[in-house]
Parts: sequence; C-alpha cells; structure tokens
Amino acid sequence: MTAQKYLRNIGVPLLAMAIFLVFWEWLVWYNGWPKFKMAAPSDLLPAYQRHWNLFITMGWQTLWRTVLGLLLAVLFGTLLGMIMGFSRVMRDALYPLLVGFNAIPKATVVPIVALMFVGQHDFNTVLLAFMISFFPIAVSVSIGLSTLEPEYRDILRSLGASQATIFWKIALPKTLPEFFGALKVAVTLAFIGTNLMEIVSPHGRGLGALFDSGRTNSDFPLMFAVLIALAFLGIVLYYIVVALEKIFAGWAERSPG
Amino acid sequence: MTNLIEIKGVRHAYQTDAGPLPVLDGLEISVPEGGFVAVVGPSGCGKSTLTRLIAGLMKPDHGEVWLHGERVKGPRSTVGMAFQNPVLLEWRTILKNVLLPLEIVPSKLSKKQAEERARFLLSLVGLEGFEDKRPSELSGGMRQRASLCRALIHQPEVLILDEPFGALDAFTREDLWQTMHKVKEREPFTGVLITHDLRESIFLADQVVVLSGRPARTQYVLDIPSSGPRTLDDLYTPEAAEQLNILRHQIQIAQGRAAPEDISG
Repeated sequence: MTAQKYLRNIGVPLLAMAIFLVFWEWLVWYNGWPKFKMAAPSDLLPAYQRHWNLFITMGWQTLWRTVLGLLLAVLFGTLLGMIMGFSRVMRDALYPLLVGFNAIPKATVVPIVALMFVGQHDFNTVLLAFMISFFPIAVSVSIGLSTLEPEYRDILRSLGASQATIFWKIALPKTLPEFFGALKVAVTLAFIGTNLMEIVSPHGRGLGALFDSGRTNSDFPLMFAVLIALAFLGIVLYYIVVALEKIFAGWAERSPG
Repeated sequence: MTNLIEIKGVRHAYQTDAGPLPVLDGLEISVPEGGFVAVVGPSGCGKSTLTRLIAGLMKPDHGEVWLHGERVKGPRSTVGMAFQNPVLLEWRTILKNVLLPLEIVPSKLSKKQAEERARFLLSLVGLEGFEDKRPSELSGGMRQRASLCRALIHQPEVLILDEPFGALDAFTREDLWQTMHKVKEREPFTGVLITHDLRESIFLADQVVVLSGRPARTQYVLDIPSSGPRTLDDLYTPEAAEQLNILRHQIQIAQGRAAPEDISG
C-alpha cells in the first residue's frame, strides 16, 4: 500500500519528465533544427561534462543568494503584512504604494541598482531577489490577518487574552496556509530576480553569468544546460517549501473525497 | 443582589455613516444563579450585541450590566461562549481545542487534571474517542459539541450561547437539545441562549425573553415551569403548544405584523 503510494508519488512525476525529454529530443530531430536554433537534451550532456565544476560553483552562488533574498522577503513581507493586516489605516496607506512598486518591471530596476551599489554584486543580487518576492508574502499575510472571523478573536478576548496572545495562538497559525501558498510563488520569483541581476550586470556570477557567457561564445547547448539547471534548482527549492508546509500547515490539507 | 446576571436599562447605538443606529433601548433581563434564559426576537434586533455586552466585549452607552454582583467593565474569565460558528482551531486536536481557555485563564487544575476534565466533558456530550481527531474530521453537530465543551472547561459562572444550533439540521439540533439537559444536570451553569427557534427556547430555558424589533427592548417575559430535565415528548403537550402560541404571537408583535391589543388571542 505505502510502497505503491511511493511509486506513484515519485514514479509519476519522473515518468512525466522522461516523456517531456523524449518529446523534446524528437521535436528537434524531426524538424532537423540546428543547435543554434534549439539544442536537444542529448546535446546538453556534453555541456554538463565539460563545465560541471562551473555548474557546481555557479549553481551554489545562485542558490545561496536566492535563498538569502527569499529569507529577507519572508521577514519583511510578514512584518509588512502584519502592519497592513492589523491596521486599516496602514492598509489603505500602503496598498497603492506596494502595488505601484510591484508593477515596475524589475528588469528596469537592475541598471539602477547596479549603478547605486557599483561592484556590490552579491548585495545587488540578493536585493533584487528580495524586491521581486516580498510582495505576494506581504499581501497574503495581510489578507490572512484581516479576514480572521471576529468569533475567533471573541473566543479568546472574552477570556481576557491580550492582542499578542490572540496573534500567537490564533491569527498566526490560521494565516500559515495562505503564507505557504504565497511562499511557493515567491520562491520562483526570487529565482527570476537573482538571474536578472546575474545576466544583466557585467562581470556577474552565478548561473545567470554562465548563461551570458554561453551567449557571447555562441555555445547554445550551454545556454540550454543552464536553463535546465535553473529549473532543477527551482524544483528543489519548491519542494523544500512544500515539505515545510506539510510540517507547519499540514492540518489545512484535507484528504480528497 | 440575588441574580447572577442583571441587565438594567441598557441602551446602545452603533455609530454608522448615516448617523447613530440604535440597537438596544431599554433592555431589562435578570437571570438567577442556575437559571437559563432564552432570548428570542426578530432578525437584526440586537441579540448578538446583547451577548457581547454580557461578555464584556463592549460597553453599553447607557445602563448597567452586572455579573455576580460586580459591574461588567471588560472581558472576564468567568464567561464561556459558544457561537453558531463553532470556531474550532483546525490545527489543534479536539482535546487541545477544548483545553484552549485554560491556556488563558489562571486555573487551579494541574495539566493532568485539566486533561481529565476535558475528557470527561467530551464523553458527556458523546465525543468519547474523538479526542485526538482534528475538527475537519468531525461533522457540524460534533464540532458544536466540542465547542460547548470548550465553553465549559474553565467552569464559567455564565455560559453565553449565541445561536449555537442555528446551522444544524433538525435532527442533530434535537439531539443537542437533549445533550444540553444532560450537561446542565452534571455541570450546572447559568446560561443565556440567543435563538431563533421558539421550540428550542421553551425546551431548554426556564424563562423566555422576547425582544421587540430594533431598537430592542424587553417586550415580554414568559416563565416556563419545569420539573427537571425534559424530553422531546414535552414539546408536544397542550402546555407547550400554548407557550409556543404566546411566543409566536409576541414575535409577530415585535415584527409589527400584529397589534399589541389582540394579545388575549
């Protein structure tokens, strides 16, 4: 029973990935596309073999900067969400500002940030990952807190509980499912932020810079190999969030049917 | 002061954009210790405001609310509440949900004693064996039973029930009425029940207070003579039919659909 479940939970996604790769390979072969138009999966293996040490060091740089930016986004987003969730005035004041900030394409922010903090590549990358990913977290926390049914408050308030107690015992745990939903979105966004900085800023590091060097050297399989590596990191981080969600907000999941 | 709950001349208005909206105007209710009063009235007549006043969650503009000889000025730990929405915390087991008030209210019970008491209450309402389940695994009626246990765990002087059975189907509701009598026998409490259901009011309470339409005042008080726990058969006696008749007529007056003169009918 459980072995069957494991097989399904792991086997089915792996099978889907295999089918995708076969289809990709077939598509390139069938159309007779040259490598500079589209590299096939079989072209990627040599790229990994040639540059595996680069993939490891660059991948690590991308990963830690993304995670650090994400952590900052979680801290700042939660704080902002709390402020907006508890105070109507603050919500009215901050929402338009936030929406406006979020509407600015982050690609346009890259050169500004790069100029503002010249040479601080690590800092800039973390900053961009943070800037692009805190918005969904702030919004979800604020909505989670402001939509708390008044009866939940009353149950504790009628016993003389303080606001802080109500927050820790009810508001915070009740917001966790929304929070993790937003975190899943934020993870992928943070990756976009990191890579934007790595690709655009000169003398960058990380997988984005590797992608850029593939571009300048017309090494197309390398470019595709970077994309796949990025996708792989994204999947790993995403499932780490899913695992955390299972631990801290597993109660919110209902068994289907 | 002989009454445990005393509400004297309470008036209250909500401030809205269109000016003050009076909801309560001349409310008089007194409940003796161990008494159980049901409050009925037309929709939107301020019944829920009344529960918040007794619980000390808000203060009336005028008038006084007294609990056990003390004027209510803020929330008090001697109150237990249950609402139409059972508001159980989904991330806690049923047992941990019931124990919640003891994490706020100072209690003489040790951890073990508290847990024993929670288990006793749960078995009293028929939830034995569900202690470690999550609320999402329980039916609506069972959740309401658990919510009742939570309201009673800290042995409150006053139990405030705001339409606790309103969202349940008729059979489950009647089941819970009987559970309430069983609970009251083993765990005596003084209670105020807000309800829309006249049969519920005469089955559970020993006094029914009819509120007028908004702004609400005490329009009529009906005493339900009783001798111990009731059974559902008691709802089908001539006395019960007469009580229901009187109450139904009073509600019609409150709604403005009948004139106060033909009260004799």
